[in-house]
Amino acid sequence: MSDKPLISTRDLSVHFPLRGGGIFGPKPVVRAVEGVDIDIDKGNFFGLVGESGSGKTTLGRAMLRAAPITRGDIVYDDGEVSYDLPSLGDKELKEYRKRAQLIFQDPYAALSPRMTVRDIIAEPLEVMGLTKSKGETDERVREIAAKCRLNLEHLRRFPHAFSGGQRQRISIARALVSRPQFVVADESVAALDVSIQADVLNLLKEIQQEMGLTFLFISHDLSVVAHVCDHVAVMYLGRLVESAPTRELFAAPRHPYTKALLSAIPSLDPDDRGKAQKLEGEIPSPTNPPPGCKFQTRCPHAIDICRKDEPKLQQSGKEHAVACHRWQELAENGMSA
Amino acid sequence: MTRLIDVENLTLKFDTDEGRITAVDDVSFSLQAGEVLGLVGESGSGKSVTAKSLMKLNANNAIYSDDTKVTLHLESGPVDIMSLRTSKELQVVRGGAISMIFQEPMASFAPAISIGDQMVEQLMIHTDMTAKRAKEVSIEMLARVGISDAATRFKQFAFELSGGMRQRAMIAMALSTKPKLLIADEPTTALDVTIQAQVIDLMKDLVDDFGMGIIFITHDLGVIAQTADNVAVMYLGRLVEQGPVRDVLRNPSHPYTRGLLDALPDLDDLDTPLRPIPGDIPSPLERPPGCVFNTRCNDAIAGRCNVDIPQFIQINENHRAACHLHAPAGDTK
Repeated sequence: MSDKPLISTRDLSVHFPLRGGGIFGPKPVVRAVEGVDIDIDKGNFFGLVGESGSGKTTLGRAMLRAAPITRGDIVYDDGEVSYDLPSLGDKELKEYRKRAQLIFQDPYAALSPRMTVRDIIAEPLEVMGLTKSKGETDERVREIAAKCRLNLEHLRRFPHAFSGGQRQRISIARALVSRPQFVVADESVAALDVSIQADVLNLLKEIQQEMGLTFLFISHDLSVVAHVCDHVAVMYLGRLVESAPTRELFAAPRHPYTKALLSAIPSLDPDDRGKAQKLEGEIPSPTNPPPGCKFQTRCPHAIDICRKDEPKLQQSGKEHAVACHRWQELAENGMSA
Repeated sequence: MTRLIDVENLTLKFDTDEGRITAVDDVSFSLQAGEVLGLVGESGSGKSVTAKSLMKLNANNAIYSDDTKVTLHLESGPVDIMSLRTSKELQVVRGGAISMIFQEPMASFAPAISIGDQMVEQLMIHTDMTAKRAKEVSIEMLARVGISDAATRFKQFAFELSGGMRQRAMIAMALSTKPKLLIADEPTTALDVTIQAQVIDLMKDLVDDFGMGIIFITHDLGVIAQTADNVAVMYLGRLVEQGPVRDVLRNPSHPYTRGLLDALPDLDDLDTPLRPIPGDIPSPLERPPGCVFNTRCNDAIAGRCNVDIPQFIQINENHRAACHLHAPAGDTK
């Protein structure tokens, strides 16, 4: 890993205006992402977790310039080129998209049923004009297909003939055929069965290491994230609440929300029943977030300051950052959330 | 405990454009009152179709075999569900003695009718309550499943509720007729983990209070470990292993069950790479001969596993697995 991040955001906010609202007063907005600072190092398998409505998908899309950036900065720098994402023009944006790609969640919806697998994988090359001849395109397609464990026979067929796991391998090949540096994988194994999911995860990890890619892996499944990611960031209601190397986060979570999330994973041991610490209530609406810490409405440790001031993300260790007024106190008292 | 339902030799095929496919193949199990049975399997394993068969809810192209027998034991006597034909006859089970909760609560409520009106409607059909009483019962049930301000929620529509809230309302609706058997088909899969934990707790409380039997369908073994008394594992339409939850999860005796457990990311062991089950689930049009799992099984014995269908072998008194590896050679039947 190099010292300089491949992609970093500063005070990044993405707001979506809502229709309606009064003629008087401000128009309601959904604050999907609010003031996020994130650094993803080159070659990192970076995990982003959170529940629905936490803003993790929107953050991933903003990093691909596929969501409107309301405020803040995103800088991409792979050593060869550097882009200031919010101010990219159309031409530069096209160049950026050769370097940054997305793998979708649903392998059934992401592939055109009318195209052969070869054409699906070749399409990005043709659209971006990356190859000069059909021969070259075919070679690139065969090369990436082999990496994704698809054979020549597969390339001639149509997507409907494939199972979910195979389809996801096709989606991965399509995303990687342009040789991007940065890949956003949004819930890329969520739609797969357990026995297949492990296979696709192993493949992603293998390819990432072999090709030296930087991954932003968005998932709601903490046990999956624990296995593939080097570093994990946790989001809640548009904010980053904790960020740490994977092992550290899972061994010593500091934010009460991270603790609750970890505790809510159903244990495989039937004798653990009832031991999990349960969170009350649900994630508030991002149109009307609570004052102070966004988690205070569900936090078992919330005190007055939490209801007034929003905690900033602060370094709590070398690579560990947490946004909680009381993390130190809670860690010292050995209080588990 | 009293016997609630017996399923014997359930075999179900569907006539499709591509041919006749076998969805469920010779499945037998029983459920007692107050028992939670976890039905586990991946997509295409036939777990949902099996559960729907208990109410004959499958589509019109479903063909049940002649020896399929499903008996529901009610206080008024046993009901032979396969012999019920008209929707009038089936009302005894559908929404009456048996209720079902589906995976996607947004798709299960009618969008243009208030939650309350839908709850009242089914109570009027299945009980002899007056409309006024049905409303009272519905609001009580909504409050019982942890929905605050139930009287207001009663008047709202499905889109006005959050995902967790909708699933709670679905549970309230399913339980308001006091069913003997509740079928929950992936009830927590669409929910976030913190909400999932709340819904699981709720369901456990309700079993204790109401004493009904539950068939809990899920692909998530963690959820099974936290809810079920007994587990039945299905693969490609066949039951491959069955037993008390502790026996099955601690001593998985079918290679498929073992493979499923091994494929799960384990938070206590981040160093071991994930171990997928090799290959893909075969299409139901190409069901393997012999043991349905033999094409993906590392221990498959050529000439045996791909030829003979394995019969159930008792691992202990209540735990059984359908695998040739547990049978002495030459004793295949």
